[in-house]
Amino acid sequence: MESDDDFMSVASSHDDFLGTQGSDDESLGDDFGDDFDGGFSKDKDIVTTARKPYEVDFKVLSPEDIEREQNLQVNEVSSILGLPPESAAILLRFGRWNREKLIESYMDHPERTLDDAGLGTNFELTPKTEAVPGFMCDICCEDGDDLETYAMRCGHRFCVDCYRHYLAQKIREEGEAARIQCPGNGCHMIVDSKSLGLLVTDALKDRYRTLLTRTYVDDKENLKWCPAPNCEYAVDCPVKQRELALIVPTVQCECKHHFCFGCSLNDHQPAPCQLVKMWLKKCEDDSETANWISANTKECPKCNSTIEKNGGCNHMTCRKCKHEFCWMCMGLWSEHGTSWYNCNRFEEKSGSDARTAQARSRASLERYLHYYNRYANHEQSAKLDKDLYLKTEKKMTSLQSQSGLSWIEVQFLDTASQALQQCRQTLKWTYAFAYYLARNNLTEIFEDNQKDLEMAVESLSEMFEKPVPELANLKVDILDKTAYCNKRRVILLSDTAENLKNSEWTFNVDW
Amino acid sequence: MFASKRLSKELIKMQEHLPPGISIFKAENLEEWQMDIEVLDDNPLYRGETYRLKFTFGSRYPIEPPEVQFIEVQATESAPNSKRPIPIHPHIYSNGIICLDLLGSAGWSPVQKVESICMSIQSMLTANQKNERPPGDSDFVTYNRRRPRDINFLYDDDNV
Repeated sequence: MESDDDFMSVASSHDDFLGTQGSDDESLGDDFGDDFDGGFSKDKDIVTTARKPYEVDFKVLSPEDIEREQNLQVNEVSSILGLPPESAAILLRFGRWNREKLIESYMDHPERTLDDAGLGTNFELTPKTEAVPGFMCDICCEDGDDLETYAMRCGHRFCVDCYRHYLAQKIREEGEAARIQCPGNGCHMIVDSKSLGLLVTDALKDRYRTLLTRTYVDDKENLKWCPAPNCEYAVDCPVKQRELALIVPTVQCECKHHFCFGCSLNDHQPAPCQLVKMWLKKCEDDSETANWISANTKECPKCNSTIEKNGGCNHMTCRKCKHEFCWMCMGLWSEHGTSWYNCNRFEEKSGSDARTAQARSRASLERYLHYYNRYANHEQSAKLDKDLYLKTEKKMTSLQSQSGLSWIEVQFLDTASQALQQCRQTLKWTYAFAYYLARNNLTEIFEDNQKDLEMAVESLSEMFEKPVPELANLKVDILDKTAYCNKRRVILLSDTAENLKNSEWTFNVDW
Repeated sequence: MFASKRLSKELIKMQEHLPPGISIFKAENLEEWQMDIEVLDDNPLYRGETYRLKFTFGSRYPIEPPEVQFIEVQATESAPNSKRPIPIHPHIYSNGIICLDLLGSAGWSPVQKVESICMSIQSMLTANQKNERPPGDSDFVTYNRRRPRDINFLYDDDNV
């Protein structure tokens, strides 16, 4: 029934929902039998038939791909402008790889463009190292008729040894490559790759190339490094910075790391980058401490000193300004009469104004805490689930020996665990998203989706924690629940992404 | 090795000749030198004063810039003329640290030498009209524990 492809994308469910452009797991498919029945085939078909509203096109590039792409553009510009490739490369880096603009600028003012880019205009000389009689190097102050020297087209000549030291310092210590200038004082001529090739060791050339590739990715808006530690891949995605209010471009690297192309943070669908930034800042800084203070203390109505009442009667005398007021209604104490220590004066104006401000900040704190607690809870649970995931393998082994199931038959635990992680990640961010969401007709649907996903996730999580002997019997249930969780997640994300794209959401903040 | 060869040559040249207002105070080894500079024109901010610069060289000098800062010396009874204050300047902190692009790795050229650095600093003082310290001077002086070479200066002011 199912093809190998179908099975593979279930087993590595990470690939499943965020586009599989970069992976070619199919080749492994042959290792697995056709008899694995997860009941997924239908879901799978739904998922892959078309790109979901929350998915974006992207391509993963290896370091070799990046270099190839770079060379392709360099050679093209080199042949269009009739410049040597190493000079075309400098021009392109200067123009941040915007080919059209660069060619235009070159056609209009060739000399100025070359000068600005640090190239100079004299292309007749072929650079080579040579001994020049009567020469003294300005860096080491050595002279000698047999001293090997080098100068770029700017004519600043130094001995090869000093040049070499200089380049090594720039490349190795300062991490520079694309904008290394001539050692001469005030000379802006850029050291090109050909000159560099003449002067430095092979190890340094490799480092130089790596650094150049790095600036290439940094310079281009459609390229981003995968932020995972030690990952060398970059992702190519056409989503522009200005589109980030309408789309949350989540991509997946070859190394399996999911991240947001817009801000390089971990996958934070469905919340847009800007809201994520605001949310993280809010959770991080102590603005909420201030909120706590205003919810648990009151200010003197006259001098605004913060007062926490820790006992005693309602007759307050501010220590600072000696203002006398009633703690209950915040109104003037004198209005209470002489022996009235029990405040029931609710309707007085002086008191009600002071109380409204108090109530407002208290409500805002409670609202924040509502969302924050749920956000933090999913974060925490995801961590616990992850610990569980680490135990999964052990569980799977013991399940194999206890129940006589084969390795392939216990893979459902791995699948379930991955689904849990991903769904919790999504749920977590739905709470940050909801915090900034202003109520309209659509929020109810959103909250229903959120609730459905949450219930599905919690019940899967519960099954997952069952003791090993019971797990074998629960296999079908767990498989069903896993599929259901994934489906709820797709529905939630599709709905939020669709509405975001069409600007149907209203937010209670400006961003 | 690289540094010491070049420094000994610089020293020999400087002992033969130095531009007016610049003199060697101490150059006993090839790691740290001290130079005295005076502002020669009639700038009232610096008239009649001598300032002392401390140069610290790494083994990669002159590929790498030296660390250069002003140091303060109090006058003693036996030598009343030995006072060396920190010159007032919007790019010189009161602890003697100088914010000057040619002393950072981006603005440095290995062609520069002790003599040319002294001249640059001399002219930086000559051109200055402002009787002030950099903004945030007291905070910087109190909290900075880094060496001048590890500070990321922003060279935002090209006028002084």
